[in-house]
Amino acid sequence: MVENRPWLTFLAHFTVIVGVIIIGFPVWMTFVASTQDQATMLRAPVPLWPGSHLVENYTKVLTEGYGNRVGSVPVYVTITNSMVMALGVAIGKILISIISAFAIVYFRFPFRMAIFWAIFVTLMLPVEVRIVPTYGVVASLGMLDSYAGLVIPLIASATATFLFRQFFLSVPDELTEAARVDGASPMRFFWDILLPMSRTSIAALFVIQFIYGWNQYLWPLLITTKESFYTIVMNVSRQANVADAVPQWNLLMAMAMLAMLPPVLVVVFMQRLFVRGLVETEK
Amino acid sequence: MEKRVTFNERWLPYLLVAPQMAITLVFFFWPSAQAMWQSMLIEDAFGGNSKFVWFENFKQLFQDPNYYASVQLTIVFSALVASIGLAVSLLLAVMADRVIRGASVYKTFLVWPYAVAPAVAGVLWGFLFNPSVGIVAWLLQRVGVDFNYVMNGDQALLLVVFAAIWTQVSYNFLFFLAGLQSIPKSLIEAAAIDGAGPARRFWDIVFPLLSPTGFFLLVVNVLYAFIGTFGTVSALTAGGPGRATEILVYKVYNDGFRGQDLGGSAAQSVILMIILILLTFVQFRFIERRVHY
Repeated sequence: MVENRPWLTFLAHFTVIVGVIIIGFPVWMTFVASTQDQATMLRAPVPLWPGSHLVENYTKVLTEGYGNRVGSVPVYVTITNSMVMALGVAIGKILISIISAFAIVYFRFPFRMAIFWAIFVTLMLPVEVRIVPTYGVVASLGMLDSYAGLVIPLIASATATFLFRQFFLSVPDELTEAARVDGASPMRFFWDILLPMSRTSIAALFVIQFIYGWNQYLWPLLITTKESFYTIVMNVSRQANVADAVPQWNLLMAMAMLAMLPPVLVVVFMQRLFVRGLVETEK
Repeated sequence: MEKRVTFNERWLPYLLVAPQMAITLVFFFWPSAQAMWQSMLIEDAFGGNSKFVWFENFKQLFQDPNYYASVQLTIVFSALVASIGLAVSLLLAVMADRVIRGASVYKTFLVWPYAVAPAVAGVLWGFLFNPSVGIVAWLLQRVGVDFNYVMNGDQALLLVVFAAIWTQVSYNFLFFLAGLQSIPKSLIEAAAIDGAGPARRFWDIVFPLLSPTGFFLLVVNVLYAFIGTFGTVSALTAGGPGRATEILVYKVYNDGFRGQDLGGSAAQSVILMIILILLTFVQFRFIERRVHY
């Protein structure tokens, strides 16, 4: 910049720092609550600084779950389910959309455009707007309370298909020509040339879709009735809403911390891929 | 855009699109068609008999004051989420863009809320404002504001708005920041040399150049407020108190699963789908413009 305005630079730092503090505050309070004993968390004002029950609370929710209530299930179970669901959704989406994008870009065949539009339309039909009938379909296929039911209905994705289509369109035709001249079959071209070139796009998409899968709430809430299939995000909100008693805030907040940790770590440590994924899936 | 060079295979392409098409047909088109069909049926309470009634469900919906209240609420809610959310993220992005030292650290500290599930965000904000132990509610009470979102509808709505914005700020921030960084520095420097101060430069140069990003984010945020906030509402207020935070997408769920009014819920689904189709269309118009920009 051509000018130097110290007070403006100060204001910029100040505003951003205030923003960072306000945005971080709810999580700080959650962390603090997760390190207290239950009695401390029953009267206001609650402490602003961590207590000494961190290990105790986290061990308890991980191995036993939340109190003795109905629907109390250890976090090691729900976190495993969430991991299965997030990985299943991310990998499943990438697999089916990369091959369908390959077909749409590299082949001419009847109904190609119809298929393209059919995939496009799914953008406008998220689960939330067709809850009841989708539940009916999954129920009639016998997929309630199963990993297949948690994962498969969510893996059709227009955004992932578009991302790969966009990327394939930018791959130079010369490569395809060279492969054809050398007598490579389409699948060989896909496997040996296209796939290695798409590595970064795949990784970026994986980060976004992992978060998407992990953070699913409505879908697991609907189709799981057995506790052994609960996911952690859904169970945290469920327990917070149990109306019968005062929540055990220390344990609930320890669960909330564990529900946030994996996706937040993914975003922080794979920030470059995450930003790239966000920008690319938007196109 | 099309490829010049393609492969000639008869069956392979169908095989490749088959998994995606199968899932799309079974889990997207079939339920959506059923929603349309169900929206024209009235079932008795035990689901035994259903009668085809054409648009009776829609007619009932449009005569239902609760539905109008929910429509109105959804409009207010998404206007608040979009306007406050965009304003806050723009402010943060403009400031972060000015910062040279420490910019990437700030960025890391601002993007992570994207990773927090809306449903978990609801729990967190519910805890902060909990009438009996919430620290913010306690502070508000100390200064004389009686904050109880469990009883007060307007406060509940405000709280849902804050929780919804909190998870969306990082997304908006990243796009605004990218937009700001793509503005040529020479333009701003030229204006500075001509004697335009920071405020003047922002309103006359940065803001107009940023407007395509702004429009795009506006549509994304409205879509988010319509659909993406289901988890926030569900975890924080479950539509209450009364119906004070029962936005349309929550009402579809509530009427369908809790109220067992399948026809009415399906009719609402159909209307929501139409709204979504319109919004997605607008979104794509803007994206096209953004790309050509």
